[in-house]
Amino acid sequence: MLGIIGATAAASTLDLLAWSPPGWGANLLRGLLNSILIATGAFWLGAAIGICGAYGKLYGGPVLRDLLAVYTTVVRAVPELVLILILYYAGTDAVNQMLVALGYERIQLSGLAAGIGVLGIVQGAYATEVLRGAILAVPAGQIEAARAMGMPPVLLARRITLPAMLSFALPGLANLWLVATKDTALLAVVGFAELTQETRQAAGATKAYFTFFMAAGVLYLAISLGSGLVFGRLEAWARRGQPGVGGASK
Amino acid sequence: MRALLQPHRVVMLVLALALVVWCVLNLRWDWLPKYLPMIGQGIWRTIWILVVTTVLGMALAVPLGLAQAVGPWFLAAPARVFCTVIRGTPLLLQLWLLYFGLGSLFPQFPWIKDSSLWPYLRQAWPYAVLALTLSFAGYEGEVMRGAFKGVQRGQLEAARAMGMPRLTILRRIWLPQALHRALPTLGGEVVLQLKATPLVATITVVDIYSVASRVRQDTFIVYEPLLLLAVVYMAITGLLVLAFRWLEHRVPARVA
Amino acid sequence: MKKTILTVAALLLGTAAVAAPIKVGIAAEPYPPFASPDAAGNWVGWEVDMIGAVCKAAELECVVTPVAWDGIIPSLTGGQIDAIMASMSITEERMQTIDFSDKYYNTPTVIVAAKGAAITPDAEGLKGKIIGVQVSTVHEAYVQAHFAATAAEIKIYQTQDEADQDLAAGRIDATQADSIALDAFLATDAGKACCEVMGAVADDPAILGLGVGVGLRKGEEELKAKFNAGIAKVLADGTYEAISKPYFASSIYGG
Repeated sequence: MLGIIGATAAASTLDLLAWSPPGWGANLLRGLLNSILIATGAFWLGAAIGICGAYGKLYGGPVLRDLLAVYTTVVRAVPELVLILILYYAGTDAVNQMLVALGYERIQLSGLAAGIGVLGIVQGAYATEVLRGAILAVPAGQIEAARAMGMPPVLLARRITLPAMLSFALPGLANLWLVATKDTALLAVVGFAELTQETRQAAGATKAYFTFFMAAGVLYLAISLGSGLVFGRLEAWARRGQPGVGGASK
Repeated sequence: MRALLQPHRVVMLVLALALVVWCVLNLRWDWLPKYLPMIGQGIWRTIWILVVTTVLGMALAVPLGLAQAVGPWFLAAPARVFCTVIRGTPLLLQLWLLYFGLGSLFPQFPWIKDSSLWPYLRQAWPYAVLALTLSFAGYEGEVMRGAFKGVQRGQLEAARAMGMPRLTILRRIWLPQALHRALPTLGGEVVLQLKATPLVATITVVDIYSVASRVRQDTFIVYEPLLLLAVVYMAITGLLVLAFRWLEHRVPARVA
Repeated sequence: MKKTILTVAALLLGTAAVAAPIKVGIAAEPYPPFASPDAAGNWVGWEVDMIGAVCKAAELECVVTPVAWDGIIPSLTGGQIDAIMASMSITEERMQTIDFSDKYYNTPTVIVAAKGAAITPDAEGLKGKIIGVQVSTVHEAYVQAHFAATAAEIKIYQTQDEADQDLAAGRIDATQADSIALDAFLATDAGKACCEVMGAVADDPAILGLGVGVGLRKGEEELKAKFNAGIAKVLADGTYEAISKPYFASSIYGG
């Protein structure tokens, strides 16, 4: 029933989605590009924080471990929307006050940088837990063997621990990537021109709310289905040479 | 208690306490008394939405999970598509699609506007509840699929051998065990649901997030309301975690 | 490698504020005819034209920067933007936090409601009605002060566009906003079909303010002087009239 109402309403406004003006297609795609850019940046920043955090939690001193626990707990308990507002308003202010105190000039964080920074910090907390679990899942013998051969710690991490844990971490990381793409939508609330914000503006300007939100939904779905395929491949690649899980090896 | 008494933790606690005292003394809290009733109402509405949508969402998730785990293809496929679509798009977008998209189509049809449902369709909260319920059902449908599949075959076969009717098997054996298996995941998912509730503020539902925004917009005080908001959400999360830990302990571990 | 990192860092962080152009904040929402996005991805409207003209007259290099309306003052004080030209009225309350230039326009405030509704723009005429207004606007303050006692509910929206949308959808009975902005809504298909102006509300300068000015951080007297000079020049040399002509039948500068 609702589908029919929606379909009839959408059909009459489909030409609004055309690529060139008067269609708004280009705007939506620009928003999509921004969303992907932020999600990618945030994902890698999160992964970097996650690796440091995981190593800190596993091998760090007691103070570092407690601080990291506070970080992951707070980020996982407070809504992303609230964190975005706190980091967006307070974060830029804090960075500038620090710079001024250190004798540098004030900088202006671009919306893109702020978005990546904010979502990266959120992602980092989850990535810390994912990677910590993955590192723990690497057979201890492999790490001990490398250590016994006299491999320095950084080389050990690069050659043994990180590649070996990848197959354990990938499902969690894939999930985090999907969360990152969807969390970019929250930046609409601070007015950043990503996909959801562009959609909202196009919808507001043309009053064709249903059509535009449906179109954006399709775009988001395409991202998540596409990334699902890519991560499936990656997982198979990372698992090459390992015995199959649950005895189902080919 | 002993874990807290390690020297470095004592120092950290003292530092944290100092930070709290500094916040109380040096930040502006003079707006607090004026907004206290609104804050109470906001917290109440946030919890209300959380409870209603998790309960309704769970009620939807059970059939969704069951259909995906053992249903025939004509039930499994739609359930699967539903879960994929819900999990593949941002909740904010779903919410706006329902409220601004669908909501703006309704009044074009006089029979909807004249129906007795209209006073409800006019308001914002039914859309908020619907969107959050569907979202929770989508995520939990996936969790329940795994949980139903994880229940040991032998138990179901034993029940069948005893001549138990299928509905009774589901009610007495399958569902309780699946729920028990899903319990640790569910705890985390309810916290995620709590973190999704502030989105309803964008469609004019007055929850605690929206109250904090009001304070910011009325008084131009930025950090203090956000700080209060973070503390409120952390407190609710803490309570949820405790509640689920209690629940997990209450269910005998042997059934799993 | 190092160079790319530096370039990326420079791209992300933007340049130092001293050499940077003035970031003029507008509300990231369709607010025709003052500022709204077009299908080509540009911001267009009377206020966008005015930003260009005033900046040119003041010999300032400006970039239009859309930010969320509900965070526009924190964005200014936090340094994300340097000035606000988003139809923001000069009020006592805002003056406690930020500074304003001279006004650059001033228009009456009206109530719009469904066609034929028995609504008048006063407390008695709005008895038992649901009124929608945009958050932290003079209209919200006005409605809270004058209609809260009699109205059934006051609904607060993040953008005026959403309030208009909900008025068309029948979710609210009336909305109060700037007459020009509401005229633009009433000129759309949705607006034509549903609603009409119920009249102007009684003036209350303490709340409705003294017209719209450029919002600036406190203490930036030099920038304020430049904006004032720019506005004066634009008014004097006929640019103001030339910009207004395509949009309005009569001047909106107001008395």
